[in-house]
Amino acid sequence: MLIKSLRAALCAAGAVAATLLPLQSSHAQTEPIRIGFLTVRTGALAAGGKQMEEGIQLFLKERNNMIAGRKVELIIADTGGNPAGAKTKTQELVERNKVHVIIGPLAAFEALAIDDYIRQTKTPIVAPSAAAEDLTQRKPNPWFVRTSTSSAQPNQPLGEYAAKTLGYKRVAIIADDFAYGHETASGFQRVFEDNGGKVVQKLWPPLNVADYGSYVGQLKGNVDAIYAGFAGANGLRFLKQLREYGNKLPVLGSATTTDEGILKQMGDEALGVISGSWYSAAIDTPESKRFVAAANKEFGADPGYYTLGAYSSGVLVEQAAKAVNGKVEDKEAFMKALRNPGTVKDARGEWKVDEYGNPVQNIYIRKVERKGGKLVNTVVKTYPNVSQFWTYEPKAFLAAPVYSRDVPPSKNIEP
Amino acid sequence: MNRRALAVCAGLLVAMPFVAGEYYINLASQILIAALFALSLNLLVGYGGLTSLGHAAYMGVAAYVSGWLFLKFGFGHLASAPLALLVTTLMAAVFGLIALRASGIGFLMITLALGQVLWGLAFRWVTVTNGDNGLSGLTRPMPFGIDLNGANAFYFFTLIIFAASMVCIVAFANSAFGSVLRGTRDQPRRMLALGHNVWLVRYLTFISAGFWAAVSGLLFVYYHKFIHPQALGLTNSAETLLMVIAGGSGTLIGPIVGAAIVVLLKNYVSAFVERWTMLLGFVFLFIVLFMPDGVVPGVQRLWARLTGKGRAPQRGQP
Amino acid sequence: MFDKPLAFWLIQSLNSFSLGGLLFLLSAGFSLIFGLMRIANLSHGAYFMLGAYIGLSALRAGFGFVMAMLLAGLAVAILGGLIERFVIRRLSSNPLGQVLATLGISFIIADGCLLYWTGDPQQLATPELLRGVFRVGEAVFPKYRVAVIGIACLFAIGLWLLLEKTRIGAMIRAGVDDMEMARGVGIPVSMLFTAVFCLGSFLAGVGGVLGGPILSVYPGLDTDMLPLALVVVILGGVGSLVGAFVGSFIIGFVYTFGQTLIPDLAYMILFLPMILVLALRPRGLFGRISA
Repeated sequence: MLIKSLRAALCAAGAVAATLLPLQSSHAQTEPIRIGFLTVRTGALAAGGKQMEEGIQLFLKERNNMIAGRKVELIIADTGGNPAGAKTKTQELVERNKVHVIIGPLAAFEALAIDDYIRQTKTPIVAPSAAAEDLTQRKPNPWFVRTSTSSAQPNQPLGEYAAKTLGYKRVAIIADDFAYGHETASGFQRVFEDNGGKVVQKLWPPLNVADYGSYVGQLKGNVDAIYAGFAGANGLRFLKQLREYGNKLPVLGSATTTDEGILKQMGDEALGVISGSWYSAAIDTPESKRFVAAANKEFGADPGYYTLGAYSSGVLVEQAAKAVNGKVEDKEAFMKALRNPGTVKDARGEWKVDEYGNPVQNIYIRKVERKGGKLVNTVVKTYPNVSQFWTYEPKAFLAAPVYSRDVPPSKNIEP
Repeated sequence: MNRRALAVCAGLLVAMPFVAGEYYINLASQILIAALFALSLNLLVGYGGLTSLGHAAYMGVAAYVSGWLFLKFGFGHLASAPLALLVTTLMAAVFGLIALRASGIGFLMITLALGQVLWGLAFRWVTVTNGDNGLSGLTRPMPFGIDLNGANAFYFFTLIIFAASMVCIVAFANSAFGSVLRGTRDQPRRMLALGHNVWLVRYLTFISAGFWAAVSGLLFVYYHKFIHPQALGLTNSAETLLMVIAGGSGTLIGPIVGAAIVVLLKNYVSAFVERWTMLLGFVFLFIVLFMPDGVVPGVQRLWARLTGKGRAPQRGQP
Repeated sequence: MFDKPLAFWLIQSLNSFSLGGLLFLLSAGFSLIFGLMRIANLSHGAYFMLGAYIGLSALRAGFGFVMAMLLAGLAVAILGGLIERFVIRRLSSNPLGQVLATLGISFIIADGCLLYWTGDPQQLATPELLRGVFRVGEAVFPKYRVAVIGIACLFAIGLWLLLEKTRIGAMIRAGVDDMEMARGVGIPVSMLFTAVFCLGSFLAGVGGVLGGPILSVYPGLDTDMLPLALVVVILGGVGSLVGAFVGSFIIGFVYTFGQTLIPDLAYMILFLPMILVLALRPRGLFGRISA
């Protein structure tokens, strides 16, 4: 009892002292930096949302909840994984919680749903996950910056790797029938075909398909490999059915097909899958090892796309807040710092932000192997400093229509 | 509802923006939009006894048509809004022909199927709908040159449309047609024997329900300035049906109360309760067990019992 | 469109049958419950998902696959029985209340699963014995899928025997045909309702486990499956076991071949034929009750 009240008294005294102490910074800065965090806690996307939350919480814990000399108040909002929810929750964060910056959201359509509102209210937003190409390409938003990747960014180098290093000539594509699936697969297809490969088949199973068996049964046998562009549960379901059918062809994949967040649920069917991503928990650098160990200690699992995306968003916010001496209230200056952070360092290595707000970063070609009893994405090749435009001229890249089911056109499809 | 209560409600609604913060005003706009949508569904469910699980189709199609006309042809709102309403109403006229081949669970299933077909179309017909990326870059109208981008202005715009629609819907429900409609719900055979064309009554109701859903769809797309296939999805349809039933189907206030409950739980309470979907489930269960006709009739009955006067209102009375 | 090799038709037919088998387990219970009690149990998809999750836990706890199936079925049956006793039966003459209650329950179950089993998609391991494939010429059949068809048929025969050859089955049939008459001749309708609800839930739970190695289990499985169950039941005709059986395989074929042959209509292929059937024959193909 006595100790408790003593401690309370001390705390109170501390608080009073803190307010009385002459501070160098302005009065406003005694307030915490309020970070709004858009995540998904309910419904089908909840797994990614949870990993994002773990990422930001790990970051804040490591920083002792202080960045740029100011306390951080994290306000988490559950969008429910739908566009209307994303909009309402963003309004809540901006209008009710008066946040200085938003980290989130998870899905591309959520980011697109709030795009207009972000411009209108001039709210800095750091996107840890939403990968839609045009968010940082044909419809760039000056208040938006991404810490993960554009959909096609890691798949373009994978296209070159498949054609040049692996020497594949013919590939069949199967990918989720929605924008992210189209964009990842098209990025791969374009570079693969520019390097002499041929995409001879394209299958687009609906997102909510009940049974992948009917699609596995259609895949051509006379190809060198299958490109699988899936997200969430679908990669898991597809790979299992593919191998159940005795199909032994090599599989190439997008970052999310064998992301660490889902890889932990997979079995032998994932072995050998080669994917392109901006991160792998198996990167052999001290910074990555420390990060992976910390994530394993806190949450008992390897960090992946969503975990690092959110963690890196914290890193970027901190770096920008430091650059403006903690004065995040000056939105214009803060946003400028977010868009021009110089070199950022995190578990993936060093990266920069291009003039459209997308990272220029290493892309890792990874191969699923079993090490120490668990599946890991072993890095087999690193493409340094890859831009979202790959080696193409940005102007020409942007003049062409955005990647979709039919862009680039498929000239080599065989009946 | 008596006049005094109505006046108090109207006063509160008008005064709200002057006391509440921007966030709450936007929340109120959303409740009004959801309420109008629920009211339109209530015409079918509450008055017609036809349970639809595909009503979001009309809301979504109106929103898509309006957005598409703007993005593709640069139509202004003065042109796109009536066109969107017209297209959606015509669609309801066609769908009604199909859906009203059945009643009961058959009707529920046809509406669900039609809704799912449109949802699939919105997802898949990328050249028009832009698929999963949705239509963005839309605008709000500027009636008489008033900018509706602010929370207050849009709230009043929504309130006016809502009030006008409400007047029409009340008139509809209280008209002779409304009584016949209720008759077809409770005693379809007798109404048939009395010489009423039950099918036609239901058909006309189906079309007007589609029309009012389209109106709410326009408000929805003006509010969000974005439209995504999820707006036509089964979840949206089911949620709205739940609003109607939870509030009290076949009453005029019930759907509004139901909309308020669901919107507040989803958007406001979810900031404090992490497992809000579960809470929503329990709220529905609570309502159904203790107020089986919905909140509004339940409260009215409770009130009547407490004050000891008046009979308990019957289902179907406004 | 039809110029495919023979192997294609064989494999896809097998897929259609195995999907149909799963759909039968999912929808038979729904149909029985609707036929007897006139309740559209919109939480049926959630029962299926819950069954899959319980099966997952049972498998991880070291139980065999059959045991996991039975445990999950029993657990879901008990839950179904409780829900029938404490919620559903109080809503016998309130169809809208039933919609509200069953959807509310499915929200609770789905969110409860998310809470307990996390949002991570998970796999039910294929039983050791049934891994691998049968080869017939060019065509490849995973053994497990063949087993699914067999198990579904066993359940169908069992259910048929139960309904046609036993006393309780006779009571159920009497109840489906004319509830008032059944009550009049002294059939314990109250017990019967609970029993049928348990049975329907049991089938959904078993179906969830059986489907697990093919479908996996993930948040949203419930809403993916519910429309399929509804479509099957409506197509076959509510309350008819034969209808559910035939309807399941028809939908299995329509879904599988529709998606592969007309990929542009993949998102709607399930619903277009149903609209057609309902518009032309609202009772469904085998329905005795007007839908």
